[in-house]
Amino acid sequence: MPKVMIRKNANGELTCYIAKKDLEAAVVSIEHDRSDCWGGELTLSDGSVYYLEPLSVPPELPITLRARRPNPA
Amino acid sequence: MSDLTKEEMEALIQEVIEVYPEKALKSRKKHLAINDPGLDQSQNCITANKKSDPGLMTIRGCAYAGSKGVVWGPVKDMIHISHGPVGCGQYSRAGRRNYYIGTTGVNTFVTMNFTSDFQERDIVFGGDKKLDKLIDEIETLFPLNKGITVQSECPIGLIGDDIEAVSKKKKEEIGKTVVPVRCEGFRGVSQSLGHHIANDSVRDWVLSARDDDDSFATTDYDVAIIGDYNIGGIAWSSRILLEEMGLRVVAQWSGDGTLAEMELTPKVKLNLVHCYRSMNYISRHMEEKYAIPWMEYNFFGPTKTVESLRKIAARFDASIQEKCEAVIAKYQPEWEAVIDRYRPRLEGKRVMLYVGGLRPRHVIGAYEDLGMEVIGTGYEFGHSDDYDRTLKEMGDATLLYDDVTGYEFEEFVKRLKPDLIGSGIKEKYIFQKMGVPFRQMHSWDYSGPYHGFDGFAIFAKDMDMTLNNPCWSKLEAPWRQAGAKTTVAA
Ligand code: SF4
Repeated sequence: MPKVMIRKNANGELTCYIAKKDLEAAVVSIEHDRSDCWGGELTLSDGSVYYLEPLSVPPELPITLRARRPNPA
Repeated sequence: MSDLTKEEMEALIQEVIEVYPEKALKSRKKHLAINDPGLDQSQNCITANKKSDPGLMTIRGCAYAGSKGVVWGPVKDMIHISHGPVGCGQYSRAGRRNYYIGTTGVNTFVTMNFTSDFQERDIVFGGDKKLDKLIDEIETLFPLNKGITVQSECPIGLIGDDIEAVSKKKKEEIGKTVVPVRCEGFRGVSQSLGHHIANDSVRDWVLSARDDDDSFATTDYDVAIIGDYNIGGIAWSSRILLEEMGLRVVAQWSGDGTLAEMELTPKVKLNLVHCYRSMNYISRHMEEKYAIPWMEYNFFGPTKTVESLRKIAARFDASIQEKCEAVIAKYQPEWEAVIDRYRPRLEGKRVMLYVGGLRPRHVIGAYEDLGMEVIGTGYEFGHSDDYDRTLKEMGDATLLYDDVTGYEFEEFVKRLKPDLIGSGIKEKYIFQKMGVPFRQMHSWDYSGPYHGFDGFAIFAKDMDMTLNNPCWSKLEAPWRQAGAKTTVAA
């Protein structure tokens, strides 16, 4: 369960920073990005996938969250 | 572009590491790479921030060095106790040329060494009492200190002293900030973890001090310089440019910085990050907690400085942008004169770098402004995100070496024959004796500052002075030189 920090970079794109892995990667896709639901599966530009417990409102960025590896299903 | 093609470079790396035993070969191979500016993620080509292989001589420091030496040490009005045996602090004392203003020993303490000087009995019975007493002594002898940090050396973690408890108690007693820092040298693979630990201790023990206090009058143009340690005055030569374009620099982290400046940083509008490696952590934290955006900038060489100034100005209103252009216009004749003078003397020369922090990528532009080319670069303690930022700065088929060993570096130099090497004191004399011009790029070789437009003039002069020094043609003994008379008087 790594802690990830989601922020917007200078170009307004979502990026994900994982301190433990020194990984700073663009978020290519996010499963839920609506006003009533935000989170879910997150695909990063290096191909890795994480899962964020969906929030009921989009958070103020930047935010540090706990991410999980997605369910293998 | 270097003279060698990609394939030749591959072969060179292979040839150099061939002498290693199998296991070391496998691990070192991952730390050496050939640059491809087309890549976005360095993780596909180079591994970084891994423990050095036993038996290979590399030049990393320890977590204590990262915290006491780099991040906390330059905070000038605090006293930083090297808690543990005397050597760690004494042998690194005042080595980093963090310039500051103040009267040493009265209201500033950067170049002094404070230590608890552990003896056997402290290891056996614990050193907490000694620390307690030491802080009292400091208060008596140096009452103008604004706070104290306890920088743990290896034994503290090993014997399990509770420096947090002592710090809390003394904080109550003396009414000043006392910060315990768990930066024992054995933590992590290099000084880099020490930076992180130090950042975290700032976050936990300092940063929120003035959260409920609005007495500080802020302006819309408040910024902080983050990750500039004022080595040879670099923070000053950056600061004047920012101030000239109308910004107010509230804090310098941490070169010539103070505790009060650190406490005020959460009130600024923008954090300007120079050394990303050592202070991105605290910048990210401030962005999350205080909604202060941060941006990286680069003040080495006019091209990058102008680019950065404009990027910074773009974050503010038109009045700043106008002043920014005026600043650029004002200095333009100065740096153009520098380039006109030195470029013809340095054009086409090739450089290899091996430094720490931000320099392996940041100084490339300054060399390019002088018509020089960086054909190899590497970080002592960089992480993948540093290499991500380096790929774009370096030419195609140039060499990247992470945590390079003494042996590899020498072999690369022998083969690639750079005209100049920029690295640290530990490499300096080896390469000078090999006849390669050398500049220390950690301490600016006792010169500097190299930031900003003023700094560029010094940089150019220094590079010229080193490269075109007549001594390099005198390294061979007269009787060994071609055409020397072979007859010797009996
Ligand atoms: S590794 Fe430990 S003993 Fe060595 S300098 Fe660092 S803190 Fe001191």
